[in-house]
Amino acid sequence: MNMSFNIVVLAKQVPDTRNVGKDAMKADGTVNRAALPAIFNPEDLNALEQALRLKEKIAGATVTVLTMGPARAAEIVRESLYRGADGGVVLSGREFAGSDTLATSYALSCAIRKMGRVDLIVCGRQAIDGDTAQVGPQVAEKLGLPQITYAEEIMDVADGKITVKRRLERGIEVVRGPLPMLVTVNGSAAPCRPRHAKLTLKYKRAAIPSEQAEAGAGHEDLYTARPYLNIGEWGVADIDHEARWLGLSGSPTKVKQIESVVFTAKESKRLSPADQEIEDLVKELIANHTIG
Amino acid sequence: MHNIIVYLEIEGGIVGDVSLELLTKGRSLADRLGCKLEAVAAGYQLDNVGAQVFPYGVDTLYVADDRRMEPYTSLPHTSLLVNLFKELQPQIALMGATSVGRDLGPRVSSSLFSGLTADCTSLEIGDYEDKKAGKTYHDLLYQIRPAFGGNIVATIVNPECRPQMATVREGVMKKEIKDAAYKGETVRLDVGKYVPDTDFVIEVIERHMEQSKVDLKSAPIIVAGGYGMGTAENFQMLYELAGVLGAEVGASRAAVDAGLAEHERQIGQTGTTVRPKLYIACGISGQIQHIAGMQESSMIISINSDPHAPINTIADYVITGTVEEVIPKLIKYYKKNSK
Repeated sequence: MNMSFNIVVLAKQVPDTRNVGKDAMKADGTVNRAALPAIFNPEDLNALEQALRLKEKIAGATVTVLTMGPARAAEIVRESLYRGADGGVVLSGREFAGSDTLATSYALSCAIRKMGRVDLIVCGRQAIDGDTAQVGPQVAEKLGLPQITYAEEIMDVADGKITVKRRLERGIEVVRGPLPMLVTVNGSAAPCRPRHAKLTLKYKRAAIPSEQAEAGAGHEDLYTARPYLNIGEWGVADIDHEARWLGLSGSPTKVKQIESVVFTAKESKRLSPADQEIEDLVKELIANHTIG
Repeated sequence: MHNIIVYLEIEGGIVGDVSLELLTKGRSLADRLGCKLEAVAAGYQLDNVGAQVFPYGVDTLYVADDRRMEPYTSLPHTSLLVNLFKELQPQIALMGATSVGRDLGPRVSSSLFSGLTADCTSLEIGDYEDKKAGKTYHDLLYQIRPAFGGNIVATIVNPECRPQMATVREGVMKKEIKDAAYKGETVRLDVGKYVPDTDFVIEVIERHMEQSKVDLKSAPIIVAGGYGMGTAENFQMLYELAGVLGAEVGASRAAVDAGLAEHERQIGQTGTTVRPKLYIACGISGQIQHIAGMQESSMIISINSDPHAPINTIADYVITGTVEEVIPKLIKYYKKNSK
């Protein structure tokens, strides 16, 4: 009997769209990520929690986090290690720049193929910088896997099948399908557990090779002595791919134009809460049939 | 060939509003482009679909009627669209930005390598000049959508790949019958020709769908509360006001996030877009993403203790005061003066 169960969590480091400044967009219409505070995409944390729960239930299960982004996205893997993930990979390189959801999905699917046997892929339903919800299903399609989207809870994994409760806009569904499977997790799922104190201490120095190099001489021994501190860093050369499906050339959608949103102001009538003014307003609204 | 096709969402034989809204938009785009409007229905017992959609100006309705196609699961509906699109070569394909459309659209676009833009708030036709390649494209679909939490609006195009795909949220576009007597043609598809048996791998064990109790889209009056309502008790006042006015209660994203209201009451880019004749914004500061979902209201009243709340700039009446003081007075004087 095969005792391993390999779960891959797709996670994204996203700009915190709640705090967007003027320099958030570059002239070519792509996002200037460097100018924004970076956070763990919220629904990817929900996905990580579902993966960690399965790891607790299934003997021999492992959780590997895969993220695509610049070197600083290694933070996503570290945050996952602090919560119980077993390892992670950062897929990084300028060849991926300018990717739309399809080029992103292609790159991620190539990286997943390199990981060998994968039983389950989980990711957040969507990322808050784009709100598209496209990458999950597109990765599934690229890998030829079925998908279950909008998952609120992975209820069971048994006999090569996964049972999932889905939260849809007008109700719920419980579905069962064969493994391997890709599941996208909804924000209504259980929140992710906090960092575990011991794991946080253990993995504090976990780093991708380019971070280790930046840390400078004298640290090499640490990463040799404690191999678990090595986070994978893959570039385009590490994945089996066709260049035309990556980056801008692999992106069928083009940004034609970006506009800041401005609304035209109206001339407003200003009122105080005085009884007379409120009553006059109500009378006026009744008289012109707006209410009543 | 090169027509516009709309994927119909069908629940219990009834075509969803979001699909009828897309047909309305699709019809006007088809008129602009001089092409046909087509629709595809997939499910079971679909005999009444034609009568529901032809009045919106559908020229051809493709019907994939098969017990196994309902309820919706990803793979069979994907195969149907992928294989049908290969045959029909539509230039534009539209679907609802719903839990079905957002599951299906990406998968179809990945399979066909055609660009997909999610959650468009506007669709237009226009030209696109690719300066780097020195090429101009005519009559592309402009897929216009907010991005970055509503702070920007992006116009996306798919110059090379077809179909140009877009999803649109329910309530964003208007639904309008073109001609009650419009004659379209029905083409019944042999499902087995489009969908391999191996696609039916997902088993739906349980399914509970309910019609939403909240109807923001057709409410003539909306009383909406924001984070400034402060407490659940204060939010309760909105239900009282809505009760006497015959209004529906809406909420801003901040109020929903704070647990003051259910998600189905959310108004804005990530919720419902509304166009009531009266919109009463209570304790709503007016973030861009909220204003985008209610700015077309005929009349807007803002009640806010902050005289500089951004929403005040688009309001017809601004009452500067606390909700605790103003709302009971509105209730009192409405009761006193009505009939």
